[in-house]
Amino acid sequence: MQIHQYDVVIVGAGGAGMRAALESSQRTRTAVISKLYPTRSHTGAAQGGMCAALANVEEDNWEWHTFDTVKGGDYLVDQDAAEIMAKEAIDAVLDLEKMGLPFNRTPEGKIDQRRFGGHTRNHGEAAVRRACYAADRTGHMILQTLYQQCVKNDVQFFNEYYVLDLLLDTDLTAAKKPRKGAPVRCSGVVAYDLATGEIHVFHAKSVVLATGGSGKIFKTTSNAHTLTGDGMALALRRGIPLEDMEFFQFHPTGLAGLGILLSEAARGEGGILRNGEGERFMERYAPTIKDLAPRDIVARSMANEVREGRGAGPHKDYVLLDLTHLEPEHIEAKLPDITEFARTYLGIEPFTEPVPVYPTAHYAMGGVPTTISTEVLRSNTDVVQGLFAAGEVACVSVHGSNRLGTNSLLDINVFGRRAGIAAAEYATGADWVEMPQDAAAYVVDELERIRTAPAGEKVGDLRKALQETMDANAQVFRTAESLQRALDVIDDLRARYQSISVQDKGRSFNTDLLEAVELGFLLDLARVVVVGALAREESRGGHFREDFPTRDDEGFMHHTMAYAVATKDGDTAIRLDKKPVTVTRYQPMERKY
Amino acid sequence: MTATTTSPAAVGEVPSFDVTLRIRRYDPDAATPEAFWEEFTVSAHGTDRVLDAMHKVKWDLDGSLTFRRSCAHGICGSDAMRINGRNRLACKTLLKDLDPSKPITIEPIKGLPVVKDLVVDMEPFFASYREVMPFLIAGKNAPTKERLQSAEERARFDDTTKCILCAACTTSCPVFWTDGQYFGPAAIVNAHRFIFDSRDEGAAQRLEILNDKEGVWRCRTTFNCTDACPRGIEVTKAIAEVKKAMITRAF
Repeated sequence: MQIHQYDVVIVGAGGAGMRAALESSQRTRTAVISKLYPTRSHTGAAQGGMCAALANVEEDNWEWHTFDTVKGGDYLVDQDAAEIMAKEAIDAVLDLEKMGLPFNRTPEGKIDQRRFGGHTRNHGEAAVRRACYAADRTGHMILQTLYQQCVKNDVQFFNEYYVLDLLLDTDLTAAKKPRKGAPVRCSGVVAYDLATGEIHVFHAKSVVLATGGSGKIFKTTSNAHTLTGDGMALALRRGIPLEDMEFFQFHPTGLAGLGILLSEAARGEGGILRNGEGERFMERYAPTIKDLAPRDIVARSMANEVREGRGAGPHKDYVLLDLTHLEPEHIEAKLPDITEFARTYLGIEPFTEPVPVYPTAHYAMGGVPTTISTEVLRSNTDVVQGLFAAGEVACVSVHGSNRLGTNSLLDINVFGRRAGIAAAEYATGADWVEMPQDAAAYVVDELERIRTAPAGEKVGDLRKALQETMDANAQVFRTAESLQRALDVIDDLRARYQSISVQDKGRSFNTDLLEAVELGFLLDLARVVVVGALAREESRGGHFREDFPTRDDEGFMHHTMAYAVATKDGDTAIRLDKKPVTVTRYQPMERKY
Repeated sequence: MTATTTSPAAVGEVPSFDVTLRIRRYDPDAATPEAFWEEFTVSAHGTDRVLDAMHKVKWDLDGSLTFRRSCAHGICGSDAMRINGRNRLACKTLLKDLDPSKPITIEPIKGLPVVKDLVVDMEPFFASYREVMPFLIAGKNAPTKERLQSAEERARFDDTTKCILCAACTTSCPVFWTDGQYFGPAAIVNAHRFIFDSRDEGAAQRLEILNDKEGVWRCRTTFNCTDACPRGIEVTKAIAEVKKAMITRAF
């Protein structure tokens, strides 16, 4: 076992983690721990753009962007946070340009902007060109640019290290909670070096969680295999609540049957969704902005077309994304990657044939609750000192119940930067918190238990069962019955997980072992998603209950806070609480597009 | 065995077929570590990629089979490997495009130390990348708003911005196989990306670095790198442009 000491430890090296590292490493001694090489992070898969009201091509302002974000999130957005994001968006884009990001340009040489779902001029009048982009690989260019800057600034990385525990000075899982205002502090993390199997304890004054999303709780997803919600699960297990986990975004245009993402930019550039009868069905669901309605509405409309028998294909189980009316040169210039995906994976030529698409699990709106300064909350009002979170792992909440397209690339840059600054500033003024005596004991025991367990349950079998039940029962349409079915399966899988075993018994590069650990995270998080979804008896944003098909502001205009509470039998139960939504300028209205 | 290609209309209704993977294995934890071949047969569907078949092996047959992967659609660059003798991404290579009637050979990419099975030590690769100063070097007097760049200036280096650092090019290069000190195509591609960026002022420094005896002049123009690139970057052309810039000092 090795012990390291850094002022700031950042967990995750995607956009949020590296943006934080660029700030923190210039102020104080910083390490970035990532289970992947930084350039493998899933920020690189983001395609369409990053919105900021630069007004480079038409009139725009950050207030309209704030409004769109709030309305897009079906009024569950904390409006103070959305305002910060929309305001700081402009500098976030300009910062990236100064770092060298190769944005597409206007004829005048300025950063070009294009339309994106839910982004409108003057509070919903018409779609506005707000998304700054680099072809359809904006996320790739953000990830590369941030990594380039990290190389330039000699940021220290621990690559292919898995963080498996969060060290706090107070047990928050105990039945008796610390009183309001009592200091609870973070003292570091425990990590596992994949290459050698060695445990590394990182003693830190500040820890920033930037571990990304948890899309692998679903079967059909745009998310990477490695997006197993590690940071969220670690927090939950240490008694930190998770906020709004029932809100999961299903991106409308995943390649049918595969889930691979085709950017909303395809519709921003003029692409049209058609059902099996060739009808442009979004005209019925969102008469004003049609195919550029927010993702929850488009995804639900697509699923409804299929459900009502108007799907395309031999089983009528998908709809079509039609780009054939666009100029091939235009598609090639603006959407080269996604057209190649259609060719490579489905053998479809998008210049001449419409592309089969269906909603794919894409983004967790919920996550580890934070303040607007990225401090992690342990209750509605108290923070864990020295613990910060940014990006998809976090819930600020700028996305409410449905994130607008491009706002995730914005989120990681704005709140990643804020996290880096906040963590460094906190570390500069704080004393070292003593770590527990046996800091690594839990991780060592758990890994040894799994690694040496006799033949038992297989990771692949349990994960498959989990993902299938989530797709079948907790996707675009949900009911009390479907969610209960999912919960029953999850409970059973959690029990079976106790006898999980792996075939690889080695120390070096044991991905079999780590997949087992990641499965444990997925099971814990899926349970929180479903428990939250069962309790929320209304429909809002990405959460649609067929048995409660309308939004209920009286009963549910609040955030969900889910706590894992220790039970007598040594397991945990999920306890739900409420947190008020911060409303500043915009009173909830009916959401029409 | 019947290998069937699917028409787009038949998504969701794809006949399955059997495929045999012949995989180069290496276990550093074995009593006497030694590389060997092992064959696995799994059933696959029309749209399955090599990565899907490898996952079937790992999840159903042998959990110890070790490889890197993440995004599974050709963007993250984790799963470059040598498939039927050619460097490719396992997640971007469809089984039906490989003649699944014969065993598909899968080996680690060449020229980097093998850590376990298909996992190689990527550190030497990233070390070369870091040496070419792969970041924008620009004057201190940045404008308040964005630097202007014309669409044509932006297009000049578009191709090399696509690089995902998967190492398929570098580890397909015969010069790199025999001389691990050679910077290799990927590092040169990433230097190119900045040398030809109108906003950058570090071209002279980068060209000096690449003028080294292990720099661009080691390139023998075999085009292996261009063939290997899963992003379709014209790697050999980029290297030639860097060579030309070195002679003419025009960039």
